[in-house]
Amino acid sequence: MKNTIKLMIGLATVGLVSCDAEFDNPVTEAGFYTSGTADFTRYVAVGNSLTAGYADGALYITGQENSYPNIMAQQFALAGGGEFTQPLMDDNLGGLLLNGTQVFNNRFVLSVDENGNPGPVLLEGTPTTDVATSAAGPFNNMGVPGAKSFHLAAPGYGSANPWFGRFQTSQSASIIADATSMNPTFFSLWIGNNDILSYATSGGIGVDQTGNLNPATYGPNDITDPNVFAATYSGLVDALTANGSKGAVVNIPDVTSIPFFTTVPYAPLSPLNPAFGPQIPALNATYAQLNAAFAFLGVPERSIVFSQTAASGVVVHDEGLEDLSTALTQVLIGGGLDPGTATIYGMQYGQARQANAGDLLVLTSSSAIATVDTDRVAELMSFGLTQAQAGQLSVVGVTYPMPDQYVLVPVEQEAISTAATAYNAAIEGIAASKGLAFVDAKSRLGQVANGGVGYDGGVLTSQFVTGGAFSLDGVHPSPRGYAFTANAIIDAINETYEATIPKVAIGNYGTVTATNN
Amino acid sequence: MKKMLLLAVVSLATAVMYAGGYRVSLQGQKSLAMGHTGVAVVNSSELVFFNPAGLVYLENKLNVSAGVSGVFSNVSYQNEATGASAITDSPVGTPLYFYASYKATDWLALGVGVYTPYGSSVEYADDWAGSHLVNNIDLKAIYIQPTVSLKINDKFSVGGGPIFVTGSVNFNRNLNRTLSDIDGNRSEVTVEAKGVNATGWTASAMFNPTDKLRIGATYRSEIIMEARDGDATFENVPNSPLTPFPATTTFHADLPLPAEMTVGLSYEFCDKWLFAFDLNRTFWDVYESLDIDFASESVPDSKNARNYKNSSIYRFGLQYEATKMFTLRGGYYFDESPVQAGRFAPETPRNDSSNFTAGLTVNVGKNLQIDASFLYSYFKEVEASYDAYYENGNAVPFGGRYKTNAFVPGLGLTYRM
Repeated sequence: MKNTIKLMIGLATVGLVSCDAEFDNPVTEAGFYTSGTADFTRYVAVGNSLTAGYADGALYITGQENSYPNIMAQQFALAGGGEFTQPLMDDNLGGLLLNGTQVFNNRFVLSVDENGNPGPVLLEGTPTTDVATSAAGPFNNMGVPGAKSFHLAAPGYGSANPWFGRFQTSQSASIIADATSMNPTFFSLWIGNNDILSYATSGGIGVDQTGNLNPATYGPNDITDPNVFAATYSGLVDALTANGSKGAVVNIPDVTSIPFFTTVPYAPLSPLNPAFGPQIPALNATYAQLNAAFAFLGVPERSIVFSQTAASGVVVHDEGLEDLSTALTQVLIGGGLDPGTATIYGMQYGQARQANAGDLLVLTSSSAIATVDTDRVAELMSFGLTQAQAGQLSVVGVTYPMPDQYVLVPVEQEAISTAATAYNAAIEGIAASKGLAFVDAKSRLGQVANGGVGYDGGVLTSQFVTGGAFSLDGVHPSPRGYAFTANAIIDAINETYEATIPKVAIGNYGTVTATNN
Repeated sequence: MKKMLLLAVVSLATAVMYAGGYRVSLQGQKSLAMGHTGVAVVNSSELVFFNPAGLVYLENKLNVSAGVSGVFSNVSYQNEATGASAITDSPVGTPLYFYASYKATDWLALGVGVYTPYGSSVEYADDWAGSHLVNNIDLKAIYIQPTVSLKINDKFSVGGGPIFVTGSVNFNRNLNRTLSDIDGNRSEVTVEAKGVNATGWTASAMFNPTDKLRIGATYRSEIIMEARDGDATFENVPNSPLTPFPATTTFHADLPLPAEMTVGLSYEFCDKWLFAFDLNRTFWDVYESLDIDFASESVPDSKNARNYKNSSIYRFGLQYEATKMFTLRGGYYFDESPVQAGRFAPETPRNDSSNFTAGLTVNVGKNLQIDASFLYSYFKEVEASYDAYYENGNAVPFGGRYKTNAFVPGLGLTYRM
């Protein structure tokens, strides 16, 4: 009897104390997942804005929480990974202050205008993150927006780039020195995008510096010489592996796989557009004069004609074309045009043509196309045109050739792709020689851009706003895109180091954020 | 594009609200200690629930039983493909019962019972991996049952009565897997309905072929809880026409408390021993779908497949009158889950369970007994999924491995004179 009571009490006690329903093999138990030959105790991520978790044209807390290194670190934690710190911003607005003055914009959000059309709009509000008051690093996430390959090793880079300035350990620190000071057991390196991307996103207004081995002389929108890149990259990897650390390196995706270059069609000018269609006969009559001159000069392919039945290409300025300004002016004068007008036409259309399928219009061109460029109006008026005349010649992409910054013409695309191919060869070669995990982001993001990649909630594509992979700046991934990237890196790590890190379900990660100001 | 986005965001937002497999068998400590058998056991006013027909065979004129259980239930979840895991932190449930019967004449007994045969209380950490299905749920239904028991003769009796139910539900989940406000707080909905009333009935019979053998049958009707004008609260919804959820609206929803048929027998042997067997059949197939009708036009109504199947519970109990002071009990039951493959939802992750019970009664004086019981519910680890969640028209199964258990100590008092 007593025993029965004891048993009862015993059972009751067991019930109250050991409540958890335990699995035979819990995923939270050490050994369920393995790090293989890698060691994730101290993981340090090095790179640019992509590594920082930059999205929607800004850096903000939730974006940083969804950075690919942070997503990976949460998974590493299942296989011995340690704490992962990030230089978190102070808010979700995203703007950056320098001693109280805003130096970077707030983030974009998806906003619906009064006509019911959704589109990216800057989120209103006063940002609270100030370079001067940010906590000093180093942090596990050493991603610095805007950094190019050679910036990582540059001492004192924080004075040129407030994104590093806000958490550099000293005035003379370099990103790579701060990163290696954490004595990483594992690292990831994704750098080189900006070595071509700033040239690309600025529409190729910079200079292709291939052949110039001194990066100190480069402008911000230039293409880095591939040899400079390779030597820099090799040095970075040497620094990161100096203590025997393992790591993963990520190559450079095609610029054509990001919506910044694929969203605006080359032929957006529809005859059905009531603001444009009725103008077509007058425009074609005006251009007929010019087209005759092009024919006379032996370049009839430069003719500009707007179709009455289909959407037409915008008029672009192609720096790859021979500059025929002077000749064009002469021919137009010969055709009876007054010298003043002919000179202006010659200048305006000396390297003009209509866009074709080979041209990439950047995302920011969409708000410029078919609007009157007021700077151009002022300029033309200074040449003696009336305001009406100047206005007629200043309609962007219609009468005023799209300036260089809005269009990546084939010659510019070729410069970018040549450099990227060389960078990627260097990255893959260095990865192989060091036995590092090599992540082919170019091919993985290429899949997203070309047909998409299926997941449990649909298909991830590069379609702007709706495709799910990219944030509202059209360049940086969305949280879901970063999760996809994290999975690609985890794949490479598992393969190279015989680890069994689980991947994340990308459907659990968001895409664009809808908010009206 | 707006239309498409609106659809994408909203269609996800109202997928599921439900409760399932929410039968709680804790309707008397004496019975529970014997595997929750009792349709053919005559020993206390617990018969108000188990078999009203048997009340008239109770020896005493007045019989009162009351008790409470502490439900310590635990659910662990993990997904080995992603490494996600969760452990519930559910509050301790405290289902109560109170029964009284009064033998007015030799052939007539009157009784009343208050008990809670349906309910559920599960609490996951907010924003866990399955938060688009449930963050937490608290479902309560209190049954009040006036009862009549009529003896036809010494071998046969009938009983029954109306049932009045008052219930409440509080349920919270995230609107979908990703939607959040500008600061990353996940958008969520809470539905709450209180004071939902409904009625049903129970009828039963008892047959005593011999001194030792009793046979019983009890049927309790299906009761549909019709929540009308409950409160739905939407929180952390983005400030955007693309997600036009009002801060609050009302909703209608019907939740069935299914009918249950029980047949069983008890047999006395070796003087001091009693064996009991009950078979429950719960008619869960009434729970095909849970449809939530939101009052607000901008919140689409929500239809959620449940497809429960009828299920059986096999109960075995043994009682031993050890001494004048102590009566010992033990039991076992096997509880078939009503949940079908692909409909395994995390708010009531019930696969088949094996349940072990034990307990005792201590006679304290002539009229008073203390009843204690203990139930341990064992669920095997199960790999299961809920497949009826949709995102942009794609079924997005939520699956993983579940492990559930429950420890339920209970105490009660029986008074008779």
